[in-house]
Amino acid sequence: MELLAFDPSFFVDELTAGLTLGAVYALIALGYTMIYGILKLLNFAHGDVYMIGAYIGYFVLTGLGGPLAPRVPLVPLILLMFLVAMVGCGLLGVVIERFAYRPLRNAPRIAPLITALGISFFLESSAQLLFGAQIRSYDTFDLHNSVLFVKGIHTTVHGVRIDLSLVRIIVILSAVVLMLALTVLVRKTALGKAMRATSYDREAAAMMGIDVDRVIVATFFIASALAGAAGVMVGLVFQQVSNFMGFQAGLKAFTAAVVGGIGNVPGAMLGGFAVGLAESFAEGYWSSTFKDAIVFGLLIAFMLLRPTGLLGTPAIQKV
Amino acid sequence: MSGVDPNLPSPPDSRDRPRVGVDDWVASAEERLDRRRGVAGAVERTWKGLPVALRFIVLTGPIALLPLLTSNLYVIRVGTNTLIYMLLALGLNIAVGFAGLLDLGYVAFFGFGAYVYAILSSGHFNWHLATWKSIPIVVALSALLGLLLGLPSRRLFGDYLAIVTLFFLQIFDVVANRGSELSFLGFGGKHDLTGGPNGIANIDSFRVFGHRLDPLAVTPYFYASLITFIVVAIALYLLSESRIGRAWRALREDPLAAELLGTPVNRLKLLAFSLGAAIAGLTGTLFAGLNTAVFSTSFDITLLIMIYAMVILGGAGSLAGVAIGAVVVNVSLEVLRTPDHARWIFYLAILVGLGFVLRPWWKVAAVLGSTAVFGLVVRAIAVHLWSKQTHGQLQSAGNLGGVLRHWVVLPTNPDRIGNYAFVLLIAAVIVLTTLKGIWRLALLVPTLYLTAFVWENRLVVEPSVTRLLLIGAILIVLMNARPQGLFGTSRVEIV
Repeated sequence: MELLAFDPSFFVDELTAGLTLGAVYALIALGYTMIYGILKLLNFAHGDVYMIGAYIGYFVLTGLGGPLAPRVPLVPLILLMFLVAMVGCGLLGVVIERFAYRPLRNAPRIAPLITALGISFFLESSAQLLFGAQIRSYDTFDLHNSVLFVKGIHTTVHGVRIDLSLVRIIVILSAVVLMLALTVLVRKTALGKAMRATSYDREAAAMMGIDVDRVIVATFFIASALAGAAGVMVGLVFQQVSNFMGFQAGLKAFTAAVVGGIGNVPGAMLGGFAVGLAESFAEGYWSSTFKDAIVFGLLIAFMLLRPTGLLGTPAIQKV
Repeated sequence: MSGVDPNLPSPPDSRDRPRVGVDDWVASAEERLDRRRGVAGAVERTWKGLPVALRFIVLTGPIALLPLLTSNLYVIRVGTNTLIYMLLALGLNIAVGFAGLLDLGYVAFFGFGAYVYAILSSGHFNWHLATWKSIPIVVALSALLGLLLGLPSRRLFGDYLAIVTLFFLQIFDVVANRGSELSFLGFGGKHDLTGGPNGIANIDSFRVFGHRLDPLAVTPYFYASLITFIVVAIALYLLSESRIGRAWRALREDPLAAELLGTPVNRLKLLAFSLGAAIAGLTGTLFAGLNTAVFSTSFDITLLIMIYAMVILGGAGSLAGVAIGAVVVNVSLEVLRTPDHARWIFYLAILVGLGFVLRPWWKVAAVLGSTAVFGLVVRAIAVHLWSKQTHGQLQSAGNLGGVLRHWVVLPTNPDRIGNYAFVLLIAAVIVLTTLKGIWRLALLVPTLYLTAFVWENRLVVEPSVTRLLLIGAILIVLMNARPQGLFGTSRVEIV
């Protein structure tokens, strides 16, 4: 059987694919986990913010001449795509928080959850109305004679073929850079301190003079900007953008956040890569038709064995 | 209750202050209800005074008359679908409304019931089981599956439970959609269990006491659904008034306190899951029998959100509420399919909405009058300035459309400008929520006109997108305006 023959090159292929996917999931998962940490809200609309980010990247690319004849050099073009998508999604996140979630701060838990589902529906069908139901393609392969896919690391080490195209390097590196920046922000800055305090105990933080509303707005901005970056990354690597891409990716990323321990920032990064690798290996070695069922089945088992996730600490219930 | 001391501060009724911890407000709750005057108050008191059985007959009786009033099969089919949705809403209400457990995998049980019935009673494996055998099997298997999915609820709380159940729905989706090549870990070849994307067709119709219920006639299934609904609703009413129902409510309000008082919390959770699943499975058989075919695409997340919308709209926990919610959601979505009917519903909904938001009545009249004039002026200007660009056609003009044609600007190429208008409309609505007083009224006029413009030029053309768009918008607005649902009573928390 082909299962028994171990092919190291194939393994490396799956590994790089898993890392790329994991980087994207991790970025979305960070947003989920930050918002959950601070509001205890499952923001189901987060996946659709990511979808909007992918569309913004697409329109920046086509607005600047399209992949065949871009009016700007490669590096500023990609930077611009990231920047516009991040700022756009950040603002979208702030608007969503301000007008849909803020009035429900003290409502029963189910109300904001249903609102989040409503926003998800609204964004998805708005995108279909505005951009059409057809799949759009970034066509990054055409960019500068497909430099993004031809260049990169293509070597053979001890008979193991390693292919890591430039676009994958860009995606993984920029994800790591964003994660490092976020870690520094959360650990070292005053805003990060305020965020941690608010997520620990919102009322106490307010009493200590922290402007909780501003912290929440900042959290939504950062979380949604990360989702926007993830959207552009997916557009660059997998090229295809559609208005339905948000929910599935959001679900997987949410899973990643849960695996890492929801509310835990390093956990979301770890969980993102774990889910990305699990999906990639399940597809490569097991069954591509049932990869989603396998991933979700493993997750249910994981949730039952360790409900707090990899890095989460068990919550102590206060009465 | 005695009267309230007039020296006490007035109860906080404004929305921005939570109704928490104000004892005198709590104490006078019933009194304030009684104080409702006028026709509405009298109707409400009479209604509350009727015996429950009579109220039930008044609500369900008119439904039974539907096939007598019309012979239009389409209408009866919509009625049957509505009954199926009502049953689904009742089932979901057990876990969500009674026991307060967030079950996001509910649709999977509906699909499971439909698929199992399809497998047992069709030519798929050539089993052709009789209806009186297959329905109990389906219900028992669904209940068992619900029990299995309920098991995690012993350990997981709130959001975590929601996630696990959502994963379960995803797995069901994959298995149903790819079940045509099912194999056990790559061994033993491929088996076709669910027919994959092609689904299972030619399902046997129901046989009751030797009579075959003809799915093409629809009416037999209408009555089958109605009888099922009546039985389920009465059973659930009795259950909700029983010891178990009270225990569920205790569990919903405070799981920890309920457990400390000796309520068998775990058993109650499992019962809620399992009973809801059984009802969903039973409804699935009706669905499969009526449609004579099942496809995996019928049981997706969209359906889940729709059922949640029904339960939430009516007010989770109230039986009559969720049933009415199901009727409202399903009928209005059905009406949206034909542009001319959709137009009536849409503008009526806006009128009713204005009536609720704006008091007193002359403000409504002023806003409507100004909007009418505003529209005429804008149209005159637009036709004058871009005389070549404003020759669009109104989608399927009926009586109302004949009037609107002279009021709404209709661009020749509505797509692009309609999209800009749509984005502008969202922005306008958002700004509207931040304004107060006269500014709000002033902005309301162009916003209303913009709404009509977007509706006529963009939304009416694509009903399938519009349906989802409106569900989303309604959920957002409703949750912000009335988190307890239309017919639910707001919970008073005493801290």
